[in-house]
Amino acid sequence: MAWMSWTLPTALFFIGIGVILVGMTTWQIISPTIERRGFLPLATTRGDRLFIGLLSSAFIHLAFVALTDVNIAVATVMCAFWMVILMRWG
Amino acid sequence: MQTKVENNKAWFLVMPVFLIVAFSAIIPLMTVVNYSVQDIFDPYTRYFVGTEWFKQVMLDSRLHEALLRQFLYSFTILAIEVPLGICVALMMPTKGRGASLALILVAIPLLIPWNVVGTIWQIFGRADIGLFGAFMSGIGVDYNYASDPTDAWLTVVLMDVWHWTPLVALLCYSGLRAIPEVYYQAARIDQASRWAVFRYIQLPKLTNVLIIGVLLRFMDSFMIYTEPFVLTGGGPGSSTTFLSQSLVQQAIGQFDLGPAAAFSLVYFLIILLVCWVFYTTIMNMQKDK
Repeated sequence: MAWMSWTLPTALFFIGIGVILVGMTTWQIISPTIERRGFLPLATTRGDRLFIGLLSSAFIHLAFVALTDVNIAVATVMCAFWMVILMRWG
Repeated sequence: MQTKVENNKAWFLVMPVFLIVAFSAIIPLMTVVNYSVQDIFDPYTRYFVGTEWFKQVMLDSRLHEALLRQFLYSFTILAIEVPLGICVALMMPTKGRGASLALILVAIPLLIPWNVVGTIWQIFGRADIGLFGAFMSGIGVDYNYASDPTDAWLTVVLMDVWHWTPLVALLCYSGLRAIPEVYYQAARIDQASRWAVFRYIQLPKLTNVLIIGVLLRFMDSFMIYTEPFVLTGGGPGSSTTFLSQSLVQQAIGQFDLGPAAAFSLVYFLIILLVCWVFYTTIMNMQKDK
């Protein structure tokens, strides 16, 4: 695995993604999702909202890196809140 | 009473695909993410730099220009190939030997390897030995794709249209063949015009194949590398240097693996976003109907 040049932050990132995917799959098996319409302009399932949340979080991080000198952890905390809002009311 | 049969053996049949995707896509992507936060000299000599490469890439004017060119190129070829592919499919014969012959002729460009397509057009566009170049010179147009950016663009776009319109045409042809005859019978009873048949029967029935066609062509054109590389080498200047070529210059030409990895991830996110927007928009349009 050394050739993959792992670092602690990237390992934690992928563990986080893996945990989210396993968690969402388990949730889906226990209680299957129903498509619904929230504040987003389209009807979404739980998986759709997760995808939208992860993709938008990636762009929020990129915008933070490109446009500000603020610590990236601030963007991560903001994205965590955004994910919760999106999953609950999106 | 019927009971639902569950057969988990199917998962074992899907396993090879999972393994192939893991080795060909997921593990390389993870490695790229790892590279993007480090200054890599070799696998054992590397330094963590955090988000530095992302900042550098996001503020790089060459990336902005290449991205703009890439969008312009992708939307140009989509705007040409989709209507042209539909027209070709509508004009292709539906029965007999003519249909088989037309299918073979239309499919020929798709069978040619990408680097060969670039070479064909490189020769085709030359004024001294190429048919297209000689034709342009013959009608009095000062055409030289190697020195004029507009000519280079025209040639790259024409090359893509020649190479990939057949894919859209074949997809549309298969979609048209799948429309039941009763629709046309109903249209004849209503004395519908040719345009009305196209607008209210053929086009709605083509939506699914057009989704596939647009997505395939967008993703493919957004990642285009070989043909422009062989034809123009990204020139003249950097007028036909698209994203993938900028990336290769950085990763292999300059061996800047860290910035190139950050560039790759930004590139990947843009493709993911645009494809998702395309897919969601088209699927929602269908739902609304």
